[in-house]
Parts: sequence; structure tokens; C-alpha cells
Amino acid sequence: MIEFRDLVVSYPGARQNAVDGVSFVGARGQLTALAGPNGSGKSSIVKALLRRADITRGSASIDGRDVRSLSYAELARNVAVVPQREEAAFPIQVREYVFLGRYPHLGLWRAPSREDDLAVDQALSQAGVEDLADRDTDALSGGEWQRVRIARALAQKSPALVLDEPTTFLDVAHEMGIFELMSSLAHSGLAVLLVSHQLNLVARFADTIVLLDRGKVATTGSPTEVMRADTLESIYGWPVVITRDPAVGAPALVPLRRPVRL
Amino acid sequence: MRRFQGWYWLLLIVALLAVGMLAVARGAVSVSLAGVIDALRGRGDPTAIAIVRDLRLPRVVLGALVGAGLGASGAALQGALRNPLAEPYLLGVSGGAAVGAVIAFSLSVSSDAMITLAAFAGGIAAVFVALAVARVGGRSARADVRTLLIAGVIVGAFANAAIMVALARAEPNTVRGALWWMMGSAADATWRRVAWLAASILVAGGALVYWAREIDVLSLGDDTAASLGVDAERAGRRAFLLAALLAAATVSAAGLIGFVGLVVPHIARRMGLRAHRPLIMAAGLIGATLVVAADLAARTVAAPTELPLGAITALLGVPFFLVQLRRTS
Repeated sequence: MIEFRDLVVSYPGARQNAVDGVSFVGARGQLTALAGPNGSGKSSIVKALLRRADITRGSASIDGRDVRSLSYAELARNVAVVPQREEAAFPIQVREYVFLGRYPHLGLWRAPSREDDLAVDQALSQAGVEDLADRDTDALSGGEWQRVRIARALAQKSPALVLDEPTTFLDVAHEMGIFELMSSLAHSGLAVLLVSHQLNLVARFADTIVLLDRGKVATTGSPTEVMRADTLESIYGWPVVITRDPAVGAPALVPLRRPVRL
Repeated sequence: MRRFQGWYWLLLIVALLAVGMLAVARGAVSVSLAGVIDALRGRGDPTAIAIVRDLRLPRVVLGALVGAGLGASGAALQGALRNPLAEPYLLGVSGGAAVGAVIAFSLSVSSDAMITLAAFAGGIAAVFVALAVARVGGRSARADVRTLLIAGVIVGAFANAAIMVALARAEPNTVRGALWWMMGSAADATWRRVAWLAASILVAGGALVYWAREIDVLSLGDDTAASLGVDAERAGRRAFLLAALLAAATVSAAGLIGFVGLVVPHIARRMGLRAHRPLIMAAGLIGATLVVAADLAARTVAAPTELPLGAITALLGVPFFLVQLRRTS
């Protein structure tokens, strides 16, 4: 379980706190979505969880243990993260890449054991990328690369998984594929925290949505509770209507047009 | 991508030994290979023994160590900085070491050990200045590795300016000595210098090999490294310092020998190596072979005139690098 309690993150020199008293829980077996406009503090929350940003006040914890009390390796054994950006400069074989997910268990010198091999095989098959194992990372399409990155995180075998905008730049089919994968992973017992801009997909897949606005939780609850036109209009500053997805009945957001007069 | 085979190690070692033997045998006075082996064992012609044992062998070993240090340093640095164009001299090390050496020259220090020491101190001082600059320039107290790289370039540029100011007022002899040193040369090899360089490389290179898996993770980016349990800032700084230490040791022993640290890691990667533990070790072997070969060329191509070693490596390195650039784009 991932838990934030009254979390405050402020960067030196900034006038406002990037995260300003956020509390919520990402429970095991659930897909929790963290949504909100650009600059609402989503990435800072992920950074605080990873200890990449200093926690000014409050706490971020995993299964009841404050992240600041864990070593970096312990933290990585408890939560796997697929960051938004990854600038690998040199291509590497997919299997070797996924094997790097075992680093928190192997450390600097331990030789990989049967258990590590198994974890990597399992991660490759869960993410549906077994067939890519012998390819190089620079020969993958955008969708394949995202799945391979998720496989690397799964190889960590941690009970919590955080994904920061995993479907940016992906087409509809690949995007749906990733959302289906995240949903299955959550329902297999992981605590999955998803940072996403895709409100409509989040509304169909997430069990809980946490909607942020300027560093604070604006509203949280089930998709039906969160996806309300008045709330979303005031947060995003854009006229919207909420309809029902004709196929599955999930709430869907339709932004209205506001033509620019030149 | 090619996969690295186990027997490539044998190939790398044999290549180094073969080039090394050739470099010991060839020169102003050529000795036959059998003569070299006899001389190494202390048999045969006393002149040949003196040439092989006291002149050529230390020079060849020094060249090999310089190449190994630069290759390993470059391999670690490119991985940690995620930049295929990074090279040890970009850290400000070379400029700092040159400032140290030029100061020693202009104070008319003639002791070999003192000049080496001054260069080493200058190189290390430059790295610490770069670290301090990066900390001021960075947004937080934790400096990003790329800020470090830029800080290194700035410190290097400042060092070059300082050298020119110092040399503008110097005696012609000082200028000549400093210039020769800045062009890089293994000519002044002594066993003491070899021992000092070997010790530095063993310590700093060994530490890089020890922490190599951390560099594997670091090469995926700071956020990913952090998610895999590596303190990215600390690991980056450590790789930076160790790579700088290696470079400073080689510069203090043989002056500036460019392009080795840049080109050699690419050769190792072309052989199919990706993980940094074998990559750093292979880059050491390849760098050693390359510098010994370049030094042999420097001594023999225009004999009896000796060419500056740094110019030879640059002449070899530039076209190689252009080919590499064409292949990747």
C-alpha cells in the first residue's frame, strides 16, 4: 500500500509549494489514478516517493514504512517506478535491460540466481514482450519500448508499482493495451499508482481517481464521483460536459470548443 | 548488434602483448624478437639489455598504462553521463593538470617527480573547482551530472587561458618544455613513473570496476536509476571523481593524449559489450594497445625525429570518430 499523509514538497526559490498537503492511499489490488492539470504536483509526488525530492512536511510511506527510513535499495524492493522520461544513451539487449530490474536484489556483485532468471522471464511474459527478449532497445517501437520498461519494473518484484504517464505518444491500440495491462496487474494484487492525463481512459480503468489542483487534492473517489463537469471546469479552466461512454457506461469528458477570435 | 564472445578477451590480450613486443623491438636500434626475449631474461648483448630493459620497456609499459587509464575512464564517464561524446579531458582535468605542470616549469622545477606531482595536483584541483561550480550552478545542493560536465568544460577553458597568460611571460625553454608536455609523450618514462601510474590506475580503475553495475543503472537516466535503488547524484559524482582521478594520473605521467578516452569505449561497444564491468576492462585493454601502437608510430614514422604522441592519437582518432558518427546517423 502506498500512502501519502499531508505531504508537502517545496522547491527552493519557488513561491508556492509544489505539493501542498496531499493525503491519499493507493491500496493493493487497486488501480489508483493520479490526475490533474500540468504543474498540479503529480510528478513531485512521484519524486517524493522516490526520495528524488525532499519532503518538507508530512510523509510518504509504503506498507506503513516511511520512505525516508528505507535505504535506496530497500525502497526499490518495495516500489517499482516507470518514470516519465528515460534517456538511455546506448542500446542494450531487451533481456539485459529487463535484468537491470534485478539490481535492487543483486547489488554490485551478487551473481544472478535461478530466482532472478525466473523473475525476468515472468516479467517479460506478464508485459507480453517475451518475443522481444533478443532485440536491442533501439529497435523497438514506442509501444514496445513502454512495455519493455514496464517489464523492467515488474522484474523488481515489488508489491507497489508507479507509472508516470506511460501512454504519452502511443496510439489508441497500444494505449488501451497498456491500460489493460495495468488493470490486470492491479487486480493480481499489486498496488498500482498511475499518473495520467488521459481522464477518459482513467475513468474507465481506475478504481479510484485522485484529482489534483495546484498542489492540493481537489477531489477524490470513484470515477463517477470525480468526473463532474463543474469540478473539472474549475480545475482545468475550460468548458466541458460529462457524458456516458455509449459502450461501457463510464463517465466521459468532452471538452467544448472556445474559438479564438483573431 | 554483435554479441561479445568469450574468446574476444584472448584476442584483446594477445593483441596487446603482440603490439607491446613489437614496440619493444622496434626503434632507432631494432632488436630481433628473440633478442628481446633474451634481453628480458638478462641474457646476451649488454647494449640490447640496456635498450630493452631501461629504455623501451618502461616506455611501452607507461604507454599501455596511460591508454588503459584513459580507455577505462572514458568508458565509465560515457555511461555515467549517458553521453557518447563525453571524454575524460572534458572534466577540466587536462586543463588543470597542464596549469599545474606549467606552474612547475615556470618555477624552473626540474625534478621529474615534482612536475608529475604538480600536474596531478592541478588536475584534481580542477575537478574539485568544477564540482564547486556545479553546486553553485545547480538548482539544488545536489548537482546533476550534466551540470558537472558543463562546469568541467568551463574550468578547462579557464585553465587554458591561465596557461597562455603564464606562457606569455615565460622563458623560451620553459615554453618548449611546457608545449612538448601539452602535446603528450611517453618519452620520459622511468620505472618510478610507471609504478606511480600503475598504482593510481589499480586503485581508481579497480574502484570503477567495483561500482560498475551502478554505472549500468545510472546509464538509464537519473529517475530510472533512483527507482532501481541507486542514489543517482552520489553514484554520478563517484563515477565522475574516479574517472577524473584516472585521467589526472595519466596526464601527470605523459601529458595530454587526446581522443583515446573518447574513441576506445566506442570500439569496446562495437565488440558487443554493454554492461560496464566488462566494458571498462575491455576499454582498458584496447586503450593500452592503441597508445602503445601510437607511441611506436610516433617513434618510427618520421625517425629520427620523434612526433608528439598526442598528435598521433588525434590523427588516428578524428577519422575513426567521423566514421563512427556517419554510421550512427
